[in-house]
Amino acid sequence: MSDTPILSIRDLTAKVADEDVDILKGVDLDLFKGEIHAIMGPNGSGKSTLAKVLAGHPGYEVTGGTVTFHGDDISELEPDERSQAGIFLAFQYPVEIPGVSIANFLRTALQARLEEGEELDLFDFQDELMARMEMLEMDPSFAERPVNDGFSGGEKKRNEILQLAMLRPSLALMDETDSGLDIDALQVVSRGINRLHEENPDMTVLIITHYQRLLNFIKPDKVHVMLNGRIVRSGGADVALELEEGGYEDYRTAEAEAIAEAEAEAQEA
Amino acid sequence: MPVNDTIQDLGLDEYKYHFITEDEPVFRSGRGLNEKVVREISAQKDEPEWMLASRLKALEIYNAKPMPTWGGDLSKLEEVLDQIYFYVRPQEKMERSWDDVPPSIKETFERLGIPEAEQKVLAGVGAQYESEMVYHSLKKEWDDKGVIFDSIEDGLKNHPELFREYFGTVIPAADNKFSAMNAAVWSGGSFVYIPKGVELDTPLQAYFRVNQEQMGQFERTLIIADEGSRAHYIEGCTAPMYSTESFHSGVIEIVVKPGAHFRYTTIQNWSTNMYNLVTQRSLVHENATMEWLDGNLGSKLTMKYPSCVLLGEGAHGSIMSIAYAGDGQHQDTGGKVIHAAPNTTSSIISKSISKGTGRSTYRGLCKVYEGAVNAKSNVECDALLINDTSRTDTYPYIEIEENRSNIGHEATVSKVGDEQLFYLMSRGMSEEEAMALIVRGFIEPIAKLLPLEYAVELNRLIELEMEGSVG
Repeated sequence: MSDTPILSIRDLTAKVADEDVDILKGVDLDLFKGEIHAIMGPNGSGKSTLAKVLAGHPGYEVTGGTVTFHGDDISELEPDERSQAGIFLAFQYPVEIPGVSIANFLRTALQARLEEGEELDLFDFQDELMARMEMLEMDPSFAERPVNDGFSGGEKKRNEILQLAMLRPSLALMDETDSGLDIDALQVVSRGINRLHEENPDMTVLIITHYQRLLNFIKPDKVHVMLNGRIVRSGGADVALELEEGGYEDYRTAEAEAIAEAEAEAQEA
Repeated sequence: MPVNDTIQDLGLDEYKYHFITEDEPVFRSGRGLNEKVVREISAQKDEPEWMLASRLKALEIYNAKPMPTWGGDLSKLEEVLDQIYFYVRPQEKMERSWDDVPPSIKETFERLGIPEAEQKVLAGVGAQYESEMVYHSLKKEWDDKGVIFDSIEDGLKNHPELFREYFGTVIPAADNKFSAMNAAVWSGGSFVYIPKGVELDTPLQAYFRVNQEQMGQFERTLIIADEGSRAHYIEGCTAPMYSTESFHSGVIEIVVKPGAHFRYTTIQNWSTNMYNLVTQRSLVHENATMEWLDGNLGSKLTMKYPSCVLLGEGAHGSIMSIAYAGDGQHQDTGGKVIHAAPNTTSSIISKSISKGTGRSTYRGLCKVYEGAVNAKSNVECDALLINDTSRTDTYPYIEIEENRSNIGHEATVSKVGDEQLFYLMSRGMSEEEAMALIVRGFIEPIAKLLPLEYAVELNRLIELEMEGSVG
C-alpha cells in the first residue's frame, strides 16, 4: 500500500440539486490502494448519497470540500469521465434498458473506453463474458437478455457484479449490493467480489450497507459509521460487530451530544 | 435538458443532407398545377388516351377537394405547391460529378458506412453501380419466373391490360386530396407482378431499379402478388434522400391475392424542408398476409398511414412503423386496419422518437365491419421523448360494428430518464452514446425485422441523429 490514498475525501458537503439542505455535511475519508472499506449507517444517513456523488450523479450538487482520485480533483468530471478514470458504482437499484442486451451494453461500455479508431476484439470479449458469467453462476443465455428488464432482484445485483468484472475499475463503490438478496444470492455476489479482489488486489472497494451480514462474507479492512451526513466512527472490522450488538442508537446519542456541543461553541463564538 | 448547438454546427439538423445541384432537365413543366401541366406530362410519357382522361379527372377531383385540416400543419402548403414544378423529366445522362458532392455529404456517407460505389449512386452521380452484375443475375431469375419488376411507365407500356385492371382500384383518385394530386401528375415508381405460386427469396429492391432514374416526387407504385406467391419489396434506404424539391406525395397500391404473402419495407430519410404526404394501402384477400414495415425519418411534415383492408376470410395484416421527429419536424404516422371479413387478424406496432422540438403523432384506425366475426386486432404504440421540448400525441380511432371480435390497444409514452442516462454514463459511455443506445433499444423490436444492412444503417443513423441531442 502506498502512502497517498487513491481516493481522498475532505470536508465534502453535498445536497440534492433542487433542494437547500445538505445531505452530506462534511465527510472525510481516505481509501488506500487495495483496501476494502465498509460504510454503514441507517437509512437517510447519506451513505448512498456519498456513493452517487462520487460517481457524479447529476441529481446531486457538491456544495463544498474536495474529492481527489489518484491525486486529481474529480469534482468537475462527468460520470463517464469518472468511469473511464476507474470508478465503478454498483447500483442499489439498477436501471432497466429495454431492447439492449447485456452483451451489447457491455460491448458498448468497453468500446467507449478505447481510443478513437480502436476496435474491441469481439472474440476476446465473448470469451471473457462467458467466463465471468460462469464465475457468477449465470446462464449463458443471460447475455442476450435486455439489461435489467424483467430481472429479479438477485439477477440485477449479479448483473452489477458482472459489469464490475468486465469493466475492471480501480475503485468499486458497492451501493447496498446486499439489499434484496436471499442468502444464496448474497453468497454468489460476495464470492464474486472476493474473487475479483483476489485477482486484482489493487482494486479498492467501498461497500455501502445498512446491515452487517454482507461483512460476514467480505472482510473489510476498515469500517466507518455514517450518521446524519458525517462519518462518526471509524475502525477495524470490529466496528461492524459493535453495531450488530448496539445498533445505531449509541452513535445517535453520541452525535446528538456532539452537535449540542458544537452549537454551544458556535454560540459562544 | 438544453439542446446543444453542435448539431447546428455540424449542419445536420438544418437542411440536413440537403444540397442543391444545377441540373438542366430535358423537360420541365411550368410552376404550379393545372390542366396544361397534366396534358404535357401525359404527352411526354406517350400515354394511351384512357390514362390522360384518368389524369384529367383526377385533377378535377384534386381541385374540388379542400385541403385537409386534420393531421399536420398544411397551412403553408399552398404557397409551396404554387412554386413547385410538377414534372421534371430526368436527364438522359447524369451530369453531376462525384467531385461536386459536398464534403459534408460524403462524410455523412462515410459515417453511415456506405461503400463508395453505393455512395455515388445515392448522390445521383453514379452511372455504374458495382452490383449491376448482381442485379442482372437477379433480373434473369425474375424473368424466368415471370416476375414483372419495371418502372411504372414501362408497366403501363408493356402490360397495359394488367395495369389497367388494377391501377387506381386500391386507392382511387378520390380517396383524398393528395391521392388525387398523385393520380393527376404521377411519375416514376414501380410496377410489380408476382405470378401465382412464385416465391422469391431475394427481396425486390427499388434501389436496383431506380439507380439511374431517380425517385420521382409523385411516385406511383402498383404491386400485384398473385395467389399463393411470396415476396418482399424494399423501397428507399436509410441513407439520406436528396431532393431539391420540398414536396413528395406518393401513392402505393398493393393487391395481395388469396394465400399470398407480401411484405413492403420502406425506410425513408427526407431532407427537413420536405412535406411528405403518402397514401399506402393494400387489399388483402382470403388467407393472405400483408406486412408493412415503415420507417420515417427527416422531412418537415410526414403524413403516412399504411393500410390493410382485410377483404377475405382469414386475411392477416401487420403494420410496423418507426418514426423519428427531429427538431422542428412533425411525424404524423400510424396505420389503418379494416376488418371486412370473418377470422381476420391484424397488428399494429408503432414506435416514435421525438427529439428537440420534434413532434410525433400516432394516428391509427382499427375498423371492424359487422359480420367480421372473430376479428382480432392488437395495437401497440410507444413513444419515446428525448428532450423536455419534445412532444407526442396519440389518436387511436376504433370503430367496431361486430361484437364478436377482439380488439386490444396499448399506448406508452416514456422519456429518456436521467437515471437511465446516469446508469449508462457511469459505465463510461458519453451522454450521446448512452442516448443512442437507449433509442436503439427502443426501436429494437422493429429494427430486428429489417434486413441486416438496413438495420445496421438505421442504427448508425440514430447515432448520428443523437449527436447534439444533449447539452
